[in-house]
Amino acid sequence: MTTALSTSLSLLGPELILAVGAVALLMIGVFSAEQRANRLVTGLSVAVLVAALLWMWFYGRDGYAFGGAIIQDAFGRFMKSLALIGSAVTLFMSVGFAKSERFDKFEFPVLIVLCTLGMMLMITANDMLGLYLGLELQSLAIYVLAAFNRDSLRSTEAGLKYFVLGALSSGMLLYGISLVYGYTGHTGFQEIALALNGSERQLGLVFGLVFVLAGLAFKISAVPFHMWTPDVYEGAPTPITAFMAAAPKMAAMALTVRVTMEAFAPIAPDWQQIIVFISIASMLLGSFAAIGQRNIKRLMAYSSIGHMGFALVGLAANSETGVRGVVLYMAIYLAMTLGTFAVILAMRRKEGNVENIDDLAGLSTTHPLMALVLTIMMFSLAGIPPLAGFWAKWYVFLAAINSGLYALSVIGVLASVVGAFYYLRLIKIMWFDEPVGSFVPVAGELRVVLAVSAAFTLLYVLIGGPLGNMAEAAAMSFF
Amino acid sequence: MLTGIEAAFFYLFAFVAVASAFMVIAAKNPVHSVLFLILTFFNAAGLFLLTGAEFLAMILLVVYVGAVAVLFLFVVMMLDVDFAALKSGALQYAPVGALVGIVLAAELIVVAGGYAFTPELAATASMPTPDLAVRSNTAALGDILYTHYVHYFQMAGLILLVAMIGAIVLTLRHKPNVRRQSVAAQVARTPATAIEVKKVETGKGI
Repeated sequence: MTTALSTSLSLLGPELILAVGAVALLMIGVFSAEQRANRLVTGLSVAVLVAALLWMWFYGRDGYAFGGAIIQDAFGRFMKSLALIGSAVTLFMSVGFAKSERFDKFEFPVLIVLCTLGMMLMITANDMLGLYLGLELQSLAIYVLAAFNRDSLRSTEAGLKYFVLGALSSGMLLYGISLVYGYTGHTGFQEIALALNGSERQLGLVFGLVFVLAGLAFKISAVPFHMWTPDVYEGAPTPITAFMAAAPKMAAMALTVRVTMEAFAPIAPDWQQIIVFISIASMLLGSFAAIGQRNIKRLMAYSSIGHMGFALVGLAANSETGVRGVVLYMAIYLAMTLGTFAVILAMRRKEGNVENIDDLAGLSTTHPLMALVLTIMMFSLAGIPPLAGFWAKWYVFLAAINSGLYALSVIGVLASVVGAFYYLRLIKIMWFDEPVGSFVPVAGELRVVLAVSAAFTLLYVLIGGPLGNMAEAAAMSFF
Repeated sequence: MLTGIEAAFFYLFAFVAVASAFMVIAAKNPVHSVLFLILTFFNAAGLFLLTGAEFLAMILLVVYVGAVAVLFLFVVMMLDVDFAALKSGALQYAPVGALVGIVLAAELIVVAGGYAFTPELAATASMPTPDLAVRSNTAALGDILYTHYVHYFQMAGLILLVAMIGAIVLTLRHKPNVRRQSVAAQVARTPATAIEVKKVETGKGI
């Protein structure tokens, strides 16, 4: 499979925009006046991300590039859109926060763009080599971002902790890849699938599969590879926590889907049981461990662990509706996460940002609109109809039941009932507790994000049709 | 088989490599250990050159001598570790060390033996090594790296860029009161700005 360089490059348009954009932004940041650099580069970074998104929507073509190293398809485009939107919105939200907490360096948006490039390359990867390099580019940028507020002990601790554990997971992933390569003789996803098709299943290959899935599960923070999540989410600066909860999850989930549905499709029963286990463990831990949390960022960490479990229910179904469910779940999760973190960023008193759940007490009397948006988000995260979060769960459980995974579905529904407890507790604190003090007025950029995410969550029943069609097309890439 | 001058050089490099490797663990002063390690690297590079692997030889020198060994040297000299105390009980670990050595040697023999027993194994490589007389190692690597793997090559470059940005962001501090050397300003000084000539008269006190 050799393709001319020009064809390959034309297929790689959005990624090239990000790569060239990041390098150019770095230069702009270095040479512009120090006090304006962050604002200027942040604005331009959002523009670069949006440009990549528009290019992908209007000029994106399907095909293989660089001798099969890269694949562009509807699935990739859908997930890349989510990753780009997640990155652009978190950058947009970070402007005010970065200024007030005094870490407004221009490297911050540049690293976000490079991290997004890593995600794009992960989603387009069609080869174990590309998978690993994309993953590493994305992770390395996040390690730095987590430790970005270097004068804060908790931020540096978060960065170091994530770095050490991330290196460990990279090691496991590489070990798995080497075993898979040893037993199939290939690193390309299609070639691996072809090699697996004819031969009978070997034990060593299953070992490799387990290690590859372990490495990927670490990146989506699924149980039992979730230990880092609460500490890192709590320690990292809030805009970066929002970023970590939103965009990289899209890429890692897309990669998990592609590796299982494409490379390991012939040995589906083997990975299905692993995914079922990870999914059940994540849903249960996410629901039960979140109950005792006092810090809202830690709460969101456990919430995201649980939601990754729910999304994996769709993957465990190993069907077209299952993949469609995963894709839609991730889209809706993205909107809910961004909305919730916009509220967390708006939890700001005169003396600085606060992040305890008790600080929300009486929000309905001091900031009724903010309380309303957070209530919508919490109801949606809990999965109350007719909000978006309900439909997300509906799609994945429908797929699981169609594939005959009854036990998984029952456990999932029960876990979501338990999870509803802590989401509802938050609502109770906001509406029925005595106010403990007021927040400063919400910044303009946060208002926009709050309004859009609330509208998406509320009106999902109206826009769900076209989105569902896009997800359907994305899922068709594998069948 | 090696003959003549090649054989002489092979035995020279091999002997010095083994001897200096032994000195790495035997030397009392840790700085000497690192210097012997560098000597080992140089001789290993010489062995690579003899087999025609000039790229590996250069990389070994650039990466291991140029970066890794110098880093070791820094660590040894900066950290105040009492190496004599560390070494005092070293002999009791000799059996474990010997075991690790034997396992390593056995694995090397298995790997090399695999190619010796089944010569057709070499033909399964997706990118076979071209004849040395036609294309040198470095050129052959470049042929693949900048064509088939150009995409991965660029990705690796971006990862290194992120590492560089990260290191600078996390460690560079602009301290306001640091007096930096400005070579241009120093060179531009003239006697008029640098020297003040005073006429000291006698008998008036200083």
